[in-house]
Amino acid sequence: MHDKTIAELAAALKAGEFSAVELTESLLARIEARNGELNALITVTPEQALAAAKAADAARAKGEAGPLAGIPIAHKDIFCTEGVRTSCGSKMLDNFIAPYDATVVTRMKEAGLVMLGKTNMDEFAMGSSNETSYYGPARNPWDLERVPGGSSGGSAAAVAARLVPGVTGTDTGGSIRQPAALCGISGLKPTYGRVSRYGMIAYASSLDQGGPMARTAEDLALLLNVMAGFDPKDSTSIDHVVPDYTEQLAASIKGLKIGLPKEYFGEGLDAEVGKVIEAAIDEFRRLGAEVKEVSLPNSKLSVPAYYVIAPAEASSNLSRYDGVRFGYRCDSPRDLEDLYKRSRGEGFGAEVKRRILVGTYALSAGYYDAYYRKAQQVRRLVRDDFIKALNEVDVLLGPTTPDVAFRLGEKGDDPVQMYLSDVYTIALNLAGLPGMSIPAGFAKGLPVGLQLIGRDFDEARLLNVAHKFQQATDWHAACPKGFE
Amino acid sequence: MEWETVIGLEVHTQLSTRSKIFSGASTAYGAEPNTQACAIDLGLPGVLPVLNEEAVRMAVKFGLAVGAEVAPRSVFARKNYFYPDLPKGYQISQYELPIVARGYLDIDLEDGSTKRIGITRAHLEEDAGKSLHEDFAGMSGIDLNRAGTPLLEIVSEPDLRSAKEAVAYLKKLHSLVMYLEICDGNMQEGSFRCDANVSVRRKGDPKFGTRTEIKNVNSFRFVERAINYEVERQIELLESGGKVVQETRLYDANKDETRSMRAKEEANDYRYFPDPDLLPVEVTAAFLDQVRATLPELPDAKRKRFMEEYGLSQYDADVLTSSRELADYYEHVVQESGRQAKPAANWVMGELTGALNKSGLALSQSPVTPQMLGQLLKRIQDGTISGKIAKDVFEAMWNGEGEPDAIIEQRGLKQVTDIGAIEALVDQVIAANPGQVAEYKGGKEKLLGFFVGQVMKASGGKANPAQLNELLRKKLGPAGG
Repeated sequence: MHDKTIAELAAALKAGEFSAVELTESLLARIEARNGELNALITVTPEQALAAAKAADAARAKGEAGPLAGIPIAHKDIFCTEGVRTSCGSKMLDNFIAPYDATVVTRMKEAGLVMLGKTNMDEFAMGSSNETSYYGPARNPWDLERVPGGSSGGSAAAVAARLVPGVTGTDTGGSIRQPAALCGISGLKPTYGRVSRYGMIAYASSLDQGGPMARTAEDLALLLNVMAGFDPKDSTSIDHVVPDYTEQLAASIKGLKIGLPKEYFGEGLDAEVGKVIEAAIDEFRRLGAEVKEVSLPNSKLSVPAYYVIAPAEASSNLSRYDGVRFGYRCDSPRDLEDLYKRSRGEGFGAEVKRRILVGTYALSAGYYDAYYRKAQQVRRLVRDDFIKALNEVDVLLGPTTPDVAFRLGEKGDDPVQMYLSDVYTIALNLAGLPGMSIPAGFAKGLPVGLQLIGRDFDEARLLNVAHKFQQATDWHAACPKGFE
Repeated sequence: MEWETVIGLEVHTQLSTRSKIFSGASTAYGAEPNTQACAIDLGLPGVLPVLNEEAVRMAVKFGLAVGAEVAPRSVFARKNYFYPDLPKGYQISQYELPIVARGYLDIDLEDGSTKRIGITRAHLEEDAGKSLHEDFAGMSGIDLNRAGTPLLEIVSEPDLRSAKEAVAYLKKLHSLVMYLEICDGNMQEGSFRCDANVSVRRKGDPKFGTRTEIKNVNSFRFVERAINYEVERQIELLESGGKVVQETRLYDANKDETRSMRAKEEANDYRYFPDPDLLPVEVTAAFLDQVRATLPELPDAKRKRFMEEYGLSQYDADVLTSSRELADYYEHVVQESGRQAKPAANWVMGELTGALNKSGLALSQSPVTPQMLGQLLKRIQDGTISGKIAKDVFEAMWNGEGEPDAIIEQRGLKQVTDIGAIEALVDQVIAANPGQVAEYKGGKEKLLGFFVGQVMKASGGKANPAQLNELLRKKLGPAGG
């Protein structure tokens, strides 16, 4: 059962080939057997999962099951789950049992999906390798000595290793797309405001966006159908009509205009990765798409602008972890200042502290205009570039990452090198536009991700383009050795 | 050397919304600690604020009432600092773009003139919780019930020139926010709190002196005393060659002094930036019109009308319009009494206010309703009872004995207007006091009062005074005749 996609599982459940309980038991057993080497899930919830599976089966027996009832899922440990530890990959929240469900979690529950557990992640979603997790890094199923990417690394590894058919992730600077690319799966970052952020622990509020990760575009469409929609509890969620994302999947893409941002194909792109992307572009030509070069002239400013805005927001968002009400508190504080300093000093890891320091600096009196305000102005320019390019073409296409998955520890000492691994993904969060990564082939024996970028709320088109590619190729079906 | 005082006030008014500014938790005062704080107020991981529209409506109402500009677009910002009763580690406030800017309030000075005080801005923000330092042996308790309560911070221009002006401004503002029904005005419970920025300069100096900020003074009397103390302190300091340090000072009412809390140099850098969790607040023209339609008659307009419509003196009009509730009460009495504007003013300001003060009750708790008082005035006017008896009836009403007519009836207080009955009493009194009669006839006219008193006493106070006077004069004949 573990090798089936969500669409296949849904059909099998509907046809009564097996029950949700059987499916859940089977995947729980597989997690039990294989998660140890991957560290993809950091919390497994068998009791709740079996109860939910039973409920799904009962609903199906009564004819009340929705299309995804009984489908197993895992949530990135950034989504609050009532009664279940929600650690955000941090020692700070190692003891935090969320008293409420995130809106995304609620929607999934209501649709009958079965949560098997919570996935590993970079601490507070700050990282591109899953190495900043308090629980140790998740590993890439394609090569256990390599990183799965981050911050949704555990989510990507779990799907790639067939521990669970679909997961949630969050993407602040590429945290869905980059690990999807490095693990050879599909991942979608929706338009900012498409999916509620309520109950999704904030890293950088104006950039954070939750989205689905799975093996195929079709599965992403099924999951997005459940996740997307206005939420009165999130003032930044947008009241925009939610289509059935599966409807347009199979539409022809003949005449589709694809733009290739020339900045995404220049220096820094690994040659083998470049060849894989070129081959994918040829595939799209065969499918009838028109391809032309476009330019995003300000894209080189994205990384510096992002590393002002994201840490600035983070420095404020993470102030609530003070040892007073919840989360980690240091032993026997001498006074209030000691309580703050040691709780935060001991509870946060190095990368989180680095970003809090950078962000605090950027917002300080006398620096605000030079850094934060300037970065916001750059952000506007970056978005304008995309809007202009997307007036000329329907979607943009390029590599998701400059290279394939790197080795654990390889970039550990150099945060700037690490930040540059997100060079193709970060701009999209600044622009708020939707984007996705799908498997496009292999370089050096490791998966290569292809990124598609669309207009605001044009997720249906991105899914359609990705689905057509996946119908014509089978890169998405490739399975890491030993996890078949 | 002549010194001039310069004062600017920052007033935090707690908006009387039912729920908090960014969550659905109740704002009711006085609940058990931490029973009115939801996940959002606690700043739990993942929660998000949603703006309470009612708070915006109230801020707009205030802006319109002080002739201010209501910003078509205002922005919430985060003010970052650590404190245990500030759950998120930042307060959501407004910084660069407040919802209300450039208004004014006219205050009356003692010399009878009017002075316009500028209102720089008024912005929406959330309140923090409370730290409780007693009862926890070496530790502090945190009560987050107040966290997230909506505040409108109203900042004046440094236009005030004395503690008296400052108090006049505060009282005016206090009355206004209550008129607008956007704040309950309860200073003990902290619904209306004031910080005062105080400096002095030599008369004629165009530059302001260095100012100090006096925090959280919670009564009109303390504001006046705190400012006066601080002005004295600064003048003494400057005259002895010292310098005022820009700092925050706390007023100690017990010692009647201000003392340093923290110097500005060691103050926080609040790292304000727009809150990415909230969209800018957009106030449309339609919303503005909608709120404008709900504006009540404001105190100044009401006062003017009371003088014109009811012929009241400025003083009476001032007192009666000092709160919307009192003004409404008064107008109600006027109506019930058959438009006896002046007697109604006297009774409301005299008997009623006296009784309220004596019993410590608020007007809303008065056992005597405007209908009852109006009826009472009617009975005086139609001669059923005298003004003197009316005071007894009032007291009976105050003590819960019912409607005026019922009391008059039960107690048999109806004025005796039967000439025959009064005449009989007059005859009795004249017969019983031959000495006084002789003195009166001998020219001691003052003794008329004595006879009036005696007859009144004999009638149990019910004799009609006018009739009685006339009858006595007739029976006694001219004094000295």
